[in-house]
Amino acid sequence: MELLVASAIGALTAAGVYLVLRQRTFPVILGVSLLSYAVNVFLFATGRLVVNRPPILSDDAAGYTDPLPQALVLTAIVISFGMTAVVVMIALGAYLSGDDDHVDTRPGADT
Amino acid sequence: MSLFLIVALPFIGALVPGLMIQAGRRACALATLSVTALAFIGLMTHVPAVLRGEVVQARVEWLPALGLDANFFLDGLGLLFAGLILGIGLLIIIYARYYLSREDPMGQFYAYLLLFQGAMVGIVLSDNILLLLVFWELTSLSSFLLIGYWKHLPEGRQGARMALAVTGGGGLAMIAGMLILGEIAGSYDLTVILQNREAIQSSELYMPALILILLGAFTKSAQFPFHFWLPHAMAAPTPVSAYLHSATMVKAGLFLMARMWPVLAGTDAWFYIVATTGLVTMVIAAVIALFKDDLKALLAFSTVSHLGLITMLLGLGTGMGAVAAVFHIINHATFKAALFMTAGIIDHETHTRDIKRLGGLRKLMPATFVIATITALSMAGIPLLNGFLSKEMMLYEASHTPWAGSYWVVPVLATVGALFSAAYSFRYIWHVFFGPVRKDYPSKPHDPGFGMLASPAFLSVLVVLIGIMPSLAEPLVRLTAAAVIGGELPEFHLQLWHGVNAALVMSIIAVVGGVILLALHRPLDRAWIAAPRPEAKIIFDAVVEGAASGSRWLTDRLHDGALTRYAAIFTVTVLALAVHAYLTGGISRPTRAMMPPGVVPTIGWAMLLIAAGCLVAFHRRRLVALVLMAIVGLVVSVGFVYLSAPDLALTQISVEVVTIILLLLALNFLPKTTPSESSVARRVRDGGIAVVAGLGAGALIYALLVRDFAFPTISEYHLANSYKGGGGTNVVNVILVDFRGFDTFGEIIVLGIAALVIYALTEALLSSPVRARLLAWTDESPDAGDAHPMMMVVVTRVMLPVVLMVGVYILLRGHNDPGGGFIAGLIVAIAVVMQYMASGFAWAEARQRYPYHGAIGAGVLIAGLTGIGAWFAGEPFLTSAYGYIHLPPIEEFEWATAMGFDLGVFLTVVGAVLLSLQSFSRIARRSGDRVSAHPMDIDPSREEC
Repeated sequence: MELLVASAIGALTAAGVYLVLRQRTFPVILGVSLLSYAVNVFLFATGRLVVNRPPILSDDAAGYTDPLPQALVLTAIVISFGMTAVVVMIALGAYLSGDDDHVDTRPGADT
Repeated sequence: MSLFLIVALPFIGALVPGLMIQAGRRACALATLSVTALAFIGLMTHVPAVLRGEVVQARVEWLPALGLDANFFLDGLGLLFAGLILGIGLLIIIYARYYLSREDPMGQFYAYLLLFQGAMVGIVLSDNILLLLVFWELTSLSSFLLIGYWKHLPEGRQGARMALAVTGGGGLAMIAGMLILGEIAGSYDLTVILQNREAIQSSELYMPALILILLGAFTKSAQFPFHFWLPHAMAAPTPVSAYLHSATMVKAGLFLMARMWPVLAGTDAWFYIVATTGLVTMVIAAVIALFKDDLKALLAFSTVSHLGLITMLLGLGTGMGAVAAVFHIINHATFKAALFMTAGIIDHETHTRDIKRLGGLRKLMPATFVIATITALSMAGIPLLNGFLSKEMMLYEASHTPWAGSYWVVPVLATVGALFSAAYSFRYIWHVFFGPVRKDYPSKPHDPGFGMLASPAFLSVLVVLIGIMPSLAEPLVRLTAAAVIGGELPEFHLQLWHGVNAALVMSIIAVVGGVILLALHRPLDRAWIAAPRPEAKIIFDAVVEGAASGSRWLTDRLHDGALTRYAAIFTVTVLALAVHAYLTGGISRPTRAMMPPGVVPTIGWAMLLIAAGCLVAFHRRRLVALVLMAIVGLVVSVGFVYLSAPDLALTQISVEVVTIILLLLALNFLPKTTPSESSVARRVRDGGIAVVAGLGAGALIYALLVRDFAFPTISEYHLANSYKGGGGTNVVNVILVDFRGFDTFGEIIVLGIAALVIYALTEALLSSPVRARLLAWTDESPDAGDAHPMMMVVVTRVMLPVVLMVGVYILLRGHNDPGGGFIAGLIVAIAVVMQYMASGFAWAEARQRYPYHGAIGAGVLIAGLTGIGAWFAGEPFLTSAYGYIHLPPIEEFEWATAMGFDLGVFLTVVGAVLLSLQSFSRIARRSGDRVSAHPMDIDPSREEC
């Protein structure tokens, strides 16, 4: 199980990094989103993997998983939505006003 | 009055003029005057104690860990300077009331003046050198505002910038010097440092500290070669010049040298650096001053010259040198402030400051003439005036000071300086007031009203009084000099007649030479103008331009706009650091048993890997990529459920929905495919980086997962106290709204700001040329046959109340079961977005009653107010309370203040998500999405067909 999660995080990171290194805005945004999955799962996994022990207190629970990484990741997920939205807006604005969706300033560009 | 209050009064009072200007200029000036007067009176209440030889102190610990404390102390030196700053400040305030014209914003002027005054008082009363540095920088900043007060004048702006660059730069050097000094002495308190003379002078760090501190003092006091900013600062209104250059700003450097005198002075290094700089400055500035035609420039260079004189006296390192320096500081402040004011009066009345256009004012402005003559003769060093006394003392000290074994260098140069000083002082009188009355003054001159004359007249009375009866000033000089020297005063007595000695001879040479130079002024002036000489401003501008273009070059090299390159460099750097950490650090053996992978998790894992692989392979087809990303998100959500994180799963899946909708909206306007541009080599390089990064991340988390926690976690505390302290059984939610409530509060604010940024960007975009482009937008891909399918419209409308209900349910149960403000907010947002999708943006927006900005604001406010509520119970911010209520028809239920906080989270999330999506939809509206008018009018485009 641990190997599955670790390899999934590795795969998401690799795919994210590759896409972040592309030259157009849209793949870069996808790459950043994949990276944020990877980072969120990574943070979550630092609480170690536990099955069937959600951190909901009850009298007949056998035990609980670590709630702290979950709380941190929960807000991270929501914030990453906000950040994605801002980046998408910037990309869209840049494309609409410049008719160009390259992320790199190319030689000869006026800005 | 407490020293804190004396320092704080001008700062607090700086608010007063801005408010009082509404009540008129007179009220504004009077209010400012009373602020300074109050501080002055407060200072005077300490005079008896200081005269008794006590040191008045006020101490408060501020940041003791850094050695930064708000400690103030008042001794003789502090008293003299604070008295000058506040006393001359009073006169300047009166003078400025009549000097400033109707167009000048007086409130601003007085506010800046008080800020500056407070900073200066802070410098001279600080006991802590770090605090002193803070005030030191404040004087640079506030003098920048004062010098640039006439914002419409380019000279004013340039002069202000130059002053800030030079004095601010020196201030930075001084910070380093002071820190070294504090390190040597083991304390940042001046009173302690001043006791550690031997330790400091024997330290090998003495030289660097000395040079750095002197850099600060020399730049502030306009010593050669940093003298050039002072004349350019003359673009300021004259009251500012009079204040900054007689009693305050430029004296700060002298103050510092005097303050540090007991520990820094007395070494060869001190003598050669300080005395030489002072001597050179005195001579060069005096020569330049003689050939300046602008009255204020003449006075500016004369100030530089006199500052050089005082610096030289301090640099001698002898007791009598310090006494003479203190006496000249007093005398210079009186005659120079008055001279600046007369220059201002002449400028004000004749509308010119050019000496070549003046002359003959003796008959037209008799009162001004008398004041200017008295003070200028004092500057020249004529007997019966105070300037004579301190100049004699200076010449006497110079006459027996050897310099590198030579006994004539210092006396000769001092005499030359005094000679030119006499010459320009005579010129100020002769060329301005004597000679024939001219017919071509730009404005008909006459004496100004009493208000403008009062301050300089008062000062010139002081000049004469001290000049005739020096014993009047003697107690003050003794007191101050004792504080400077910090030990036994040398035997001295201030008196008019010392008998015929070397100083008297030098003085006579200077005065006679001055008269001769003035007589020869015309041919000398021609020669001066013809002679090539370096222009400080051009050199300064060239240096600034060079530095600017150098840093621009460097920035352009480092920051050429290639985002992909930065990303690659960043990733490779992180990987290199990680490899380094792995190679140099040790790793323990695995301690945790691995869980066996089940069949279902393995299938999910395979789906995720395939989706991620396909995403990379097919990322050029953007719509497909988006679908694949949604699959990844779904698998991650399911993974959270499986791994005991129901809250995360709910959040992830609802965020997934909103994110995909958002990206679809954006994709509407972006190209649908990504062209293939990268070379194979580039792709291999990126692939290599990506694979190594992935392997690294995977290996790192794997290493973590197979080991137990290295330290006991704090999670046990949360689990144990969630119900007891927070009143909830959903520990994750209790952490969010209670234990870590402050974090969450910050996060909803960030989310709200992100949404507002998106809104602002949309606004900016729609008011730019892009708007025309959007109006002319034609979608190349064919529309779906049915833009608003009937089934979808009906279903979403029926579902809306149900989904809202679910949202409220999730919100309310969040404290005890999976759910809470974040998830509920996202669900409600999705419910509304479904209406957008089914019935069109316009239809939904027409039915929207409250702006989403309001929801964000209300959310943050409610969360904040819930937190503040804890204060009324005497608890810290965001402490929560809970209890139980029994309402008869319903069963007993629990309430918790955290619910209010979660409601705030909920509202913010709803507002932020919807505001973002709405902003994107507004772009779509511009491109021709039509508004349908009737509730069930499903496709507005059909009617027109």
